[in-house]
Order: sequence, then structure tokens, then C-alpha cells
Amino acid sequence: MILSSASSRQSNLAFWRFLATRLLISLLTLLAVSFMIYALIELMPGDYAERELFRKYSGTGVTITQAEIDRVRVSLGLDRPFLVRYGEWLWNVVTRFDFGPAFRVETSVNNLLKDKFLYTFILVVGAMVFSYIVAIPVGIWVATRKSGIADGVVTLLSYLGLALPNFAIALVLLMLNAFVFNLDVTGLISQEYRDAPWTLAKFLDFLGHAYIPLLVLGWSTTAFQLQTMRGLMKDEMGKLYVTAAQAKGLSGWPMLIKYPARHAVMPIVSTIGFDFARSFNELPIVASILVLGELGQELLLAFLDADQNTAAGILICITSVIVVANFLSDLLIAALDPRVRMGRG
Amino acid sequence: MTNTEPWIVANTVLPQLRKEEYYTASQWQLFWSRFKRNRLAALGGAVLSLFIFIALFAEVVAPYTGQADTRNTDYTAGPPQLVRFCDRSGCQLWPFVHELTSSYSVIDKGYQVTVVEENGQPLRRPLKFFIRDGEYRLLGIIPSNIHLFGVEQGKVHLFGTDSSGLDLFSRVMFATRTSLTIGFLGVMISFILSLLIGGVAGYLGGWVDAAIQSFTDLVRVIPPIPLYMALTAMFPRDWSNMQVYFAMTLVLGLVNWPTLARRIRSYLLASREEEYVQAARLSGASGWRIVTRHLLPGFASYIIVELVINFPYRILDETALSIVGLGLRRPTMSWGVLMQEMTTVQAIQLTPWFFIPLLFFVVAVLSFTLLGDGLRDAADPYAGIRR
Repeated sequence: MILSSASSRQSNLAFWRFLATRLLISLLTLLAVSFMIYALIELMPGDYAERELFRKYSGTGVTITQAEIDRVRVSLGLDRPFLVRYGEWLWNVVTRFDFGPAFRVETSVNNLLKDKFLYTFILVVGAMVFSYIVAIPVGIWVATRKSGIADGVVTLLSYLGLALPNFAIALVLLMLNAFVFNLDVTGLISQEYRDAPWTLAKFLDFLGHAYIPLLVLGWSTTAFQLQTMRGLMKDEMGKLYVTAAQAKGLSGWPMLIKYPARHAVMPIVSTIGFDFARSFNELPIVASILVLGELGQELLLAFLDADQNTAAGILICITSVIVVANFLSDLLIAALDPRVRMGRG
Repeated sequence: MTNTEPWIVANTVLPQLRKEEYYTASQWQLFWSRFKRNRLAALGGAVLSLFIFIALFAEVVAPYTGQADTRNTDYTAGPPQLVRFCDRSGCQLWPFVHELTSSYSVIDKGYQVTVVEENGQPLRRPLKFFIRDGEYRLLGIIPSNIHLFGVEQGKVHLFGTDSSGLDLFSRVMFATRTSLTIGFLGVMISFILSLLIGGVAGYLGGWVDAAIQSFTDLVRVIPPIPLYMALTAMFPRDWSNMQVYFAMTLVLGLVNWPTLARRIRSYLLASREEEYVQAARLSGASGWRIVTRHLLPGFASYIIVELVINFPYRILDETALSIVGLGLRRPTMSWGVLMQEMTTVQAIQLTPWFFIPLLFFVVAVLSFTLLGDGLRDAADPYAGIRR
């Protein structure tokens, strides 16, 4: 009794230490990524001051003088050294959760991203949930099939998942739509709700638009996970404990869920963060094709316009979600597998 | 129970090999006989050879250069011309196309295609093979003017024309060259980088290894396409197409070395301890000899497979970036650049033949993946044992 409580206290300690290290690693990752992104955008030729003047005067015949560029630069605070600006930006993000002004649309990044972050989050997480709901049961089912047809279909799908990437699916969908279905597939929110506060009607409108990008974004991940799940499940099915469970009289889905599926699903749990990254990966391209007007498209525009704050803000938001998801999946794995929480830490 | 004696295992996989043949066969013979059994991979390889042929001899295959000076201003956004043997004035044995013109009609909001007539009959342009037309240098060296096919008067557009009247067929052929070479160069750059960095990490170990590992972990957190976007957005707008092209290969290489470097590193770490390496070391072989005579040959097939598998991803990345205008730009022709035109609503409804480059892209990526998987299975002697 005493022995077991001592060992459980020890295992608790190991678990907390594991948690603290993972948390520290996650924070450091975020810090490093934010610096990397900010520095990358700094390397872009021409800063925002030049672009703003160019936009303001393009077509008017006014020649832009260097003095004027300098004036705008000073007024936007772009004349200060890179490290000072990064430091200030980081400080505001950490202390006040303020991502600074978004140059391109003359508002704050927070204001710009407020709604869009939500859309994006729902889209990407929705796409992931969709792919898990499809890939995990179907993968398990295919692995238990003896015939080669289901196997062949899964293999074909996994090849198509790569050869027909999300953006290509989006394009094909647009074409099919123009000739066959005639639905409104572009955009995420109808015009009349664009600036309206969130109501049930707006949410339903959003869902009515969101299912197509959701399917498009979920496509590659589904094809990939289907293949992974089948492979993992096939490996597990051949193991002796499955035979033992069958010998005890268990069969069908209860047996599958109780024994092999639980083990087979572990590697998928551990890559939730990367699945989020994978689903977001093509979003800027898909978004610009389907005119979604969320973070992916906003990110693309920010890059095209050298809008440092906006681009960094969006990428930080996205990588934060990925880092948090990685952290959570580490915790989940530790909770599921005692070796991890006791072991290396 | 399974019998795991090598030649019996091999025999279930490769029934055509007898015991003595199996033991005397070279690595490459075994590899080849395993590869040949995979029909899909062989098909992928065959399709790919065709693509490589197009990439090498684009000038021959394409009737025109696809550059601005070959615009057919009478036939802008024209649909593909049918190769015909018959029309309303009768049939002939030799294939021909009709001379067509297109004009934009504001009322219908679309292009109107009309067949040019001569003496009340549709004007026929017989197809000629190995026709002499525009001058070029074959493979950049041999001057020539022979094209696989063409017409003597007028123009032939098998895939139609784009919105400025350029022959889409020619453009797709040249785009095939660009997309394949950019993928190839991108893979090679990341290969060299990963060989250097992964080699250093695997050989030195210790803190160098740890530092490189944590850096690659960091890069992996950012989704790759946004990372590409950040990098390609740096290209100055006034760069020439050549500069953008090489910068693109560099970006593709720079973003992708971490995964490959990690594999090379773990392979080196694992094989450092292998018995045959120890045996070589004990018999006094130098480090260089161990690497070149023992480690690299064992690793070569693995590296080749890894590179082939990486290839379609790089093509995909270039295409994705070019579609949104952050990769290659006109007048460079690549699949992505050509696909840029299909993203407009007008293109989708009025000019569905703009989707032809997508078809090429899908077939290329598919055959690369099939080939890569086939090579991987063929390189793995245990591939047949599982299942």
C-alpha cells in the first residue's frame, strides 16, 4: 500500500515534469517561429511605405519623392531598426494580445483577424474532424476485409489524394459546378451578413457556404489518413493478442474497438498538430480560388503587399494552434500510454 | 509458420528465380525483377518517360514557341480544333483541321467561333508531319527547324488557344519542361543540402546534431506553403524570369532539406554500428573508404527512391505557388502559370480547355507517385514478406 502510493507520487512527479518540459518547448518554439517569420518578411524588397504611396498615387501622374517615402516611413514607425520593431511588436502581443496596426487595410490586425480567425479555425478543424470521421472507421473496416477490391480503392484514393491536391479539387469543383450543379460555391458569408453580428441566421448561412471548402480542405488529409489507418490496423490485426481476443469469443466491431483499433489509432493521435498544419497548408491557395476571404486569403494578400504585421499575426495564430495541438496530443499520448509519461519525459 | 529462408521468401515474391539464380543474382537484377512485377509502377515509369521526352524535345513536339510573337490574333480564346477526316464537303484520307476564327461578342458575353470558308466550302488545312517551321536549337545545341506536326498555312491549335491567342498545346509542352526541371533542380538542391547537413549531424553527433535537430523541428511547425509564400514574396518584382526560376528552385530546395537530412542522419547513426562497418573498421579501412565502399552503396537505392518520392511534392509546390502569383510568372510557362488562367470565373464557364494543364499535372504527379512506390518496394528486400 505504502509502496504503491510512493510510486504513484513518483509517477505524478514524472508526469508534471514531462508536462513542464513540453510546455517550455512549445513556448520556445512559438518565440523562435515568430522571430523567423518577422525576419523573413523584413527581407522582402521594399517596405510598406513605398507600397502605400504607390497605391495612393498610381495613375495620378504624381511623382513620388524620396522625402515623401521617408515621411510615411517615419509616420508608420518603419524607420526604426528591425530588432526594436520586433521587440515592441512581441511585447504588445504578449502583454496586451495586440498584433499592431494592419497597414494594408488601415485598421488593427486584431480587428482584421477577429472574425476571420474564427472562420478559419472552424474550417480547418471541421476539415480535420471530417477526415477523421471518414478515415478512421473506413480504414479499420478496409483492414478487416479479405477481398482486394476495398484495398485497391483505398490505394487509388491515397494516390489521388496527392495527385489531385486540394487546390486542384477546388478547381475541378468550380468547373463541375459551372456545368452541372450551378450552386454558389465561392465565398463564405453572404453579402447581407458580412458585417452583421453573429446570429443563428448568420451561422446557418456560414454553414451553408462552408461545407464545400470543408470537403475540399479535408480531402487530402482523408486520403492520407485512410491509407495510414489501414496500414496500422493491418499490422495490429496480425498480432497474437487479437487472436487471443478472438479465441475468447469476441468478434466484430466490439472486439476491433476494444483491442486493435485502440493501438492502431495512437500514431494518428500523435500527429493531430501536423494534420492541422496539413489542412491549413493549402488553405491560402484554395481560399484564393474559392474566394473565401478568411486567413488563408488574407495571408496571401499580406505577403503580396509586404504587410509585416498582418502576415506575422496570421502565421503566429496558425502556428500557435499547431503548437498547442502538438502539446495536447503529447498530453493525450502520455495519458494513454504509461510508458511515455514515466519514461524519457 | 512462415519460412524465412531468403530464397524461399524470394521465391514467393519472384517465382521465376531458382535457388541458385537468387544467390548469384546481383542487387540490381533482384531489384529489377521485383520492380517488373509491379505493373502500376511500370506504367508510371512509361508515362513518365513520355513526359521526360516532351521536356527534352519540347521544341520538336510543339508546333510553335508559345511566346508572344506566335499569337494568333484571329483566334483568341479559341476552343481546341478537331482533327478531321470528314466535313460537309466530303471526306479525305489525310487528316486536316478547319481554319477557324473567334470573336468576342458583347451581347452573348462569349466567344463566337466561325469556320473560314473559301468558295462556299470550309477551308481545310491538312496536317503535315515533320514539317519545317520555326528555327530552334535541339537540346540547346543542334540547330533545326523540324516540328513533329503542323500546318503549312494558317495555324493548328489542338488544345485551343489562351485568352491572348497563344497555342495552348505548345505552351503545355514547354510548361512540362519547366515544371519537371524545376522539380528536379529543387529535389537536387535539397538532396545536396541534406547530404551535407544530415551527414555532418550523423557523423559528428553531440550538440551539432542536437542543434540541427531542433532547427528542423522548428521549421516543421510552419505549414510549408505559407513558408514558401514568405520566401517567394521576397523576390523583387523586377527580376528576370531566369532569376525567378532559379530562385524558385533554391526556395524549393531550402524548405525541403530537413526531412531528407533527418533520414540520412538516422541512417548514418544506425549503420555506424552495423557489423559490416565494424568489420571494415577492424580490418583497417579508412573512414573515406568505409563511406564510399560500404555505406553509400547500401544507401544509394534508398536515396534514389527517396528522391523520386519527393519529386511530385516539389512539382505540386511550384504549381500551387504559381497559381496564386507567388511563384513563376508569365511569360515563363509552367503548369502552375497556365493554371492561373483557369481560376477566373470566366475561364471556367467559357473556356473549359484551360483545364488541360491540370490534366497533365495530375497524370504526372500520379505516375511519379506510382513509380516512386514501386521503386521503394523493389528496393526493400522484405517488401514481399509482410502481409
